[in-house]
Amino acid sequence: MKAAAILFWIPVFPLIGFLVNGLLYLAAHSKLGGKDAPKGPHGHGDDNAHAHGDHEEIPFAGVHSVIGPAACALSFLASLLAIAAWWGETHGHESIVATLWTWMPIGENATWFGAKAIAVDAAFRIDALSALMLFFVTLIGTLIHVYSVGYMGHDPGYGRYFSYLNLFMFAMLTLVLGANLPVLFVGWEGVGLCSYLLIGFYWTKTWVADAGKKAFVVNRIGDFGFVLGIFGCFALFGTTDFDRMFALAAADPGRYAAGGLLTAVCLALFIGACGKSAQIPLYVWLPDAMAGPTPVSALIHAATMVTAGVYMVARCNIFFRISHVWAVESANGHPTTGWLLTHDASFVVAVIGGATAFFAATMGLTQNDIKKVLAYSTVSQLGYMFLGCGALAFSAGMFHVFTHSWFKACLFLGAGSVIHALSGEQDMTKMGGLRKLIPHTFLTMFVATIAIAGVPPFAGFFSKDAILGETYAAGYKVLWGFAILTAGLTAFYMFRLMRMTFFGTFRGTPEQLKHVHESPASMTVPLYVLAAGAAFTGFLGIPKFILGSENAVEKFLEPIFAKLPAAFVLEPHELPHSTEWMLLGTSVLVAVFGIALGWSLYSGAFPFSIPSRIASSLGGIYRLVRDKYRVDELYEAVFVNGLIKKGGRFLWEIDARVVDLIPNGAAALALGLSNVSSWFDRTFVDGAVNGVGNVFQAAFRGMHRVQTGRAQNYALTMAVGIFGFVCLYLLLK
Amino acid sequence: MITVTHYVALSFLLFTIGVTGVLVRRNLLTVLMSIELILNAANLNLIAFSRQLGDLNGQLFAVFVITLAAGEAAIGLAIIISMYRLKGSVNLDDVAELKG
Repeated sequence: MKAAAILFWIPVFPLIGFLVNGLLYLAAHSKLGGKDAPKGPHGHGDDNAHAHGDHEEIPFAGVHSVIGPAACALSFLASLLAIAAWWGETHGHESIVATLWTWMPIGENATWFGAKAIAVDAAFRIDALSALMLFFVTLIGTLIHVYSVGYMGHDPGYGRYFSYLNLFMFAMLTLVLGANLPVLFVGWEGVGLCSYLLIGFYWTKTWVADAGKKAFVVNRIGDFGFVLGIFGCFALFGTTDFDRMFALAAADPGRYAAGGLLTAVCLALFIGACGKSAQIPLYVWLPDAMAGPTPVSALIHAATMVTAGVYMVARCNIFFRISHVWAVESANGHPTTGWLLTHDASFVVAVIGGATAFFAATMGLTQNDIKKVLAYSTVSQLGYMFLGCGALAFSAGMFHVFTHSWFKACLFLGAGSVIHALSGEQDMTKMGGLRKLIPHTFLTMFVATIAIAGVPPFAGFFSKDAILGETYAAGYKVLWGFAILTAGLTAFYMFRLMRMTFFGTFRGTPEQLKHVHESPASMTVPLYVLAAGAAFTGFLGIPKFILGSENAVEKFLEPIFAKLPAAFVLEPHELPHSTEWMLLGTSVLVAVFGIALGWSLYSGAFPFSIPSRIASSLGGIYRLVRDKYRVDELYEAVFVNGLIKKGGRFLWEIDARVVDLIPNGAAALALGLSNVSSWFDRTFVDGAVNGVGNVFQAAFRGMHRVQTGRAQNYALTMAVGIFGFVCLYLLLK
Repeated sequence: MITVTHYVALSFLLFTIGVTGVLVRRNLLTVLMSIELILNAANLNLIAFSRQLGDLNGQLFAVFVITLAAGEAAIGLAIIISMYRLKGSVNLDDVAELKG
């Protein structure tokens, strides 16, 4: 069978699964009077309707347990077939595009107004990059589906859960397979929607519903940039088809790079990637995404969703390469940091990635919620991936995406198994000594932990080291320093997690201890598969200086890097072997040091004496880190209160009184003055965060007038704006 | 002889009436009807040019727009009814919760 014929089936299976599960769920629940009533997280915040004894009969539970995972497994099989057929037809050198239909045929044979013909096809595409993504997205997705059968088995929203999960897979596969930016965008928005639905799965709790909304809103901010990037691509190339865009860019890179146009497009696309892949400043949604069921966290954090941003940047690698060369050249060989930040999109990616990796790792140090630690570690690891992409080592970045998906899925599912065993407990200070009680979970999580900590020869070691090496070779020494520090922090907080969870004495209630039980096979088998992946997938990318033969992952991904003309070809960063070995040795040393520290500091009885002494001696700094640098509060103060609520309030009143004039004038003045003085009080009395917020409030004081709350005023502004832009366009033409 | 210009002129008129309605009427039902006018103005345009250019895609799009209009009317009416239950009014000025 031809690869093109199979591609179509990959996303179709999950779509069918979504429809069947969703319709069955609706059918069952409309009969019961439409009452959904999710149980909601109890105790410290996770799901787990299990261990309650009140096992209500879930309608169609058997059907859901078969269709959900089967839809995903079929999709995995179809992916394997498609990859095999594609390999057979092209030996991995070419892409195969399967066009299903013409999606947007606007103006195909129209020439009036000189409009360009837009023809966007609903088309799927397979090449080395999508093949890699397809493989682990469908495989890990299937494992998570199987795990969910055990984990969610007693939840009344079982059918709803599986229909969302299948829809998630459908969206992610559309994203991976899309042959042009609009199709990719459909999948992109689809995973955004599904993450909202799944994070807010227990929507009866306000904070859970808020977490879902937060994910959705923050992602919209990123999507805004992504849409601008798509428009930019269309304006530059007249098409959004990957093959055609990349061919045009490769044929004449100078033309598109001129004036920084391509850099602007890259930055717009990167804003989208920041939103989806949780980078500074848009990472705030990911830690809150813990509100969803644990397998969902695994799905979002490992296989789908957050990898989308890295995938998109790697997909558009040619733009970033051109932007880099153009920036370096236009700086006449004397690029400064400031210059690169405005002219070189790839440098921005590297800086944001490096900064995110470091700050997220520091935030992970102080968390006591087992899932929160893992959440910050995901943000941090994503930073690594972008650091790799920013150093123009896209295959190293993608390799880390690949290995990370194994050990992170394993860690999350393992954490789910721990939470399951403790009937919903997520606080690590109430765990401990679980090693003997849930040995399978311990073993698999331990393998994944040493993989993420970067112990050779486990998966994370090779991929992390590839990124570190490339960053160093690209000359970003400071970023390399932060990255190696991050590696140490990662090893530290992961072993802190292991120690607090599995070693020492049990610190929970005797009631909990009595109920501790190993999870069923449907949960432990996926854990073992993932642990095997965490242990062995690293061998695919053994660097050349160790083995002497080509790095297999790099070789596999090579066809996705379209050839550029000689002027735009980058010299490959070759380091002497001694340096390579030294870098490798440094990262192993740092990892071992982090492990030893994490291990020794959290030994002994709770509360751990050394860490708490360190914490109290650091005082304010410790509290700042524990409160996640108060970024959420800062956003609240600046954007929510500053722009929308507070900043406007009293000026609105003054406005009203000025319009009413004199009679209330004096009163208004007094009120205004008192408000001003209280505003000053707040500014100087409150801490730095509120101070910044208030500065913004002051800066945007006038803005409140725009927020009249009347839909028609907004509509009028829009209409006038559109009219203005059309006039401008016609005048300039 | 009716040329494409006539259609465009009519469509323009309908569109303007629709936009004016959306902007100045305070009754949500009237606003919803005005939106329908805007959509139909767009439809007229699509079909006229589809005829002119001999490209069936325009008519296809008109069908999509009609589908969309149906969905919009259904959801719009549902929103209006919930709003009436909540506020006892369908006046747009009564929903200004987002005022700064």
